[in-house]
Amino acid sequence: MALCMRKSPKLINHLKYRMGLFDMITPSSWNSTSSHHQEFLVTAPIAHNLGNPDADLSVKATLFSACRFKSTKPEKQLNSLNDADDNKVLDFPGGKVRFSPKMTFISESPEERTQCYRVLDDNGQLILGSNLVQVGEELAVKMYTEMITLQTMDTLFYEAQRQGRISFYLTTIGEEAINIATAAALTADDHVFPQYREPGVLLWRGFTLQEFANQCFVNKADHGKGRQMPIHYGSNKHNYFTVSSTIATQLPHAVGAAYALKMDRKDACAVTYFGDGGSSEGDFHAALNFAAVLEAPVIFICRNNGWAISTPTSDQFRSDGVVVRGSAYGVRSIRVDGNDALAIYGAVHAARKMAITEHRPILIEALTYRVGHHSTSDDSTKYRPVDEIEWWKLARDPVSRFRKWIESKDWWSSEAESEFRSSVRQQLLHAIQVAEKAEKPPVADIFTDVYDVPPSNLHEQEKLLRETIRRHPRDYPSDVPA
Amino acid sequence: MATIVGAATALSASKSFNSRKLHLRSRRSLSVSERKGSFLVVRSDGSVVHKAHRAQKLIANAVATKADSSAASTASKPGHELLLFEALREGLEEEMDRDPTVCVMGEDVGHYGGSYKVTKGLATKYGDLRVLDTPIAENSFTGMGIGAAMTGLRPIVEGMNMGFLLLAFNQISNNCGMLHYTSGGQFKIPIVIRGPGGVGRQLGAEHSQRLESYFQSIPGIQMVACSTPYNAKGLMKAAIRSENPVILFEHVLLYNLKERIPDEEYVCSLEEAEMVRPGEHVTILTYSRMRYHVMQAAKTLVNKGYDPEVIDIRSLKPFDLHTIGNSVKKTHRVLIVEECMRTGGIGASLTAAITENFNDYLDAPIICLSSQDVPTPYAGTLEEWTVVQPAQIVTAVEQLCQ
Repeated sequence: MALCMRKSPKLINHLKYRMGLFDMITPSSWNSTSSHHQEFLVTAPIAHNLGNPDADLSVKATLFSACRFKSTKPEKQLNSLNDADDNKVLDFPGGKVRFSPKMTFISESPEERTQCYRVLDDNGQLILGSNLVQVGEELAVKMYTEMITLQTMDTLFYEAQRQGRISFYLTTIGEEAINIATAAALTADDHVFPQYREPGVLLWRGFTLQEFANQCFVNKADHGKGRQMPIHYGSNKHNYFTVSSTIATQLPHAVGAAYALKMDRKDACAVTYFGDGGSSEGDFHAALNFAAVLEAPVIFICRNNGWAISTPTSDQFRSDGVVVRGSAYGVRSIRVDGNDALAIYGAVHAARKMAITEHRPILIEALTYRVGHHSTSDDSTKYRPVDEIEWWKLARDPVSRFRKWIESKDWWSSEAESEFRSSVRQQLLHAIQVAEKAEKPPVADIFTDVYDVPPSNLHEQEKLLRETIRRHPRDYPSDVPA
Repeated sequence: MATIVGAATALSASKSFNSRKLHLRSRRSLSVSERKGSFLVVRSDGSVVHKAHRAQKLIANAVATKADSSAASTASKPGHELLLFEALREGLEEEMDRDPTVCVMGEDVGHYGGSYKVTKGLATKYGDLRVLDTPIAENSFTGMGIGAAMTGLRPIVEGMNMGFLLLAFNQISNNCGMLHYTSGGQFKIPIVIRGPGGVGRQLGAEHSQRLESYFQSIPGIQMVACSTPYNAKGLMKAAIRSENPVILFEHVLLYNLKERIPDEEYVCSLEEAEMVRPGEHVTILTYSRMRYHVMQAAKTLVNKGYDPEVIDIRSLKPFDLHTIGNSVKKTHRVLIVEECMRTGGIGASLTAAITENFNDYLDAPIICLSSQDVPTPYAGTLEEWTVVQPAQIVTAVEQLCQ
């Protein structure tokens, strides 16, 4: 494929013209450093401007041969395509790649871990040079009060479980900032697909304390009609999809919802939450991949809180957390300080805009710590040191950090604090009392909603059950209306 | 999990067809309602003839036409002939025209047209977004379908082979069947999950799965199995219109069945069984491909003087115990012929249901003919013997009627 270089000036001009790169290639550029050549090769759309593949090949050959005269060894003339220092491009399905004769493995861990976006320091002071989304007084106070509400709700319901009044509970202690700040940055139209540690999002959207209590106490007023465990909230009114116990299954759901929103061209996105453990599930990988391929407007929020029940992240994955996986799937990602409410607010705000206007998924890894036990069925002191838990609870509490910031702006005071806390506590205690005394769901609700209309076999089974209850009333709870 | 072998086997038969019919595809798909004036007949050798309208009585074939809704299928309109996969496509297309929220997702359903050509041409007509090619992750695109359904779409998820949906079992069992219930009726999941299954021609064990028995227990889903072009189109439409999640089982070897179906719109009922051949002596219950083995055996039985009643149960969950019950009350003998494995198969479940409900009407124990509890072998002769053959059916009827 050697071409005579006598024609080179004309040829190069011809090439420049053909490729629209007049500015970039000058004869002197052939002499420039290899990095320049590399840049040229990678960014210039060599083949795309030339429709004819044969022309492409000949142009390439010309280029290579033109460069070849700058390199040295004559015996390499036979392998012109493979050989020249600066022109190494291969054309595989999926696009052009440069190749290299030097065998290099990409390291399994980066030299430096991905940096973490944070704007408030541990004392609630704004870090100099931070770029953040402004949060006004009203919004900031609302965020703070909702965080306290969430904390109080968690404390009281947890105690209720310990007293045997509800069967199960799961707290969000330590992750209040993630819950509330993400919700604050979204709109009511965004579809939320939670894992189970995000009741704060529902709280923000207007689910009342009484509704939370009804679900936990499993009474007739529960929107779920008593069919799920406590904390498995769901409300179509608030675009909060019912919690399903299975890990990470909500990720593909979110992609599907984003696909629906994209088809309907709505100004809304899908948002889904999961933990560090959930990122090991197959559904995580496929959902990210799908979202990238479909260009679906979905925000993936990973609450990396260090623990998946008793499994620490060092046993969960060996990558640099979850954020690096985004780029593996072609998803734009960011790592955020999960205990910094302002940083989260800003990141989600920006992510939402990108997701909707650019039709792309975004991955946000919020680093945080699970201060509470996994659930009421867990005692985390069995697998982690108590002082570690205590330190995170006191020194790195996201709620107090945010309070320091709003107090420094004179938007909050300790009087307001005690007043609000006692008021919320009263409301919650009242809600619990009401929920506990309320009627339980009726037997008929065992059989409805399995299908849109109960089929004959379910009618029959209901009849059989009622018969049995009637005959053996002592074997069945007395407070369930037949 | 894309299989090249399986798809190639099924496609090679229809490839010659499709290439010739390609230029007619546009006319067919555009003129769904215009077909009354003329119709196209595709012969088995692949040639296509354009016939002018003339009154024609329905060609009776070995598979009898439906007993009910006969107004649609009898002779006033001649109807049009097509293959089962085309009937599926026609049903799909009509529903996609009718309702803009209907969409399809699966592997190779878009530009490739589906590995069994059920979605051929739809991507060109409706666009890439409504007929979506997905990456290879069955659990996840089924999950995606569930999420889309909860958000207001009506997706149809195609498994390239039903066996691949084993990967989707988590989503189907834990979410698809459950979320309407656990959300207290707040979120509905009007999804259709369909695909070919059953024992084909030497597709190997992994591609010869019969999943209907695994899915049967899942509360909250409905299951139907189609067996003729008529009921394929009708069930497809009914499944799409249903508010419940429906799993539609097709069979790899039935895609090229030809039948004349009505021009006018019709929908089959998801919960009804089909009376294939009324009779007096014995009730034979079957579905999907075994229907044809049973009808073949029926010919032999009729020659031997028996009068079998053949019912294609069609609805695998729930069973149409009304039709089945009436038949049992008439004949007092039941033979179940299925392709599932013996243990835990549809037949096992059906035997239990009949015994529970109609025990007094039975003159003899129910006989259930199923495949053995073995993975389907590849060798052709071995494979033939894992599937119930007409000779076995004849013997079983003779035994029942002693």
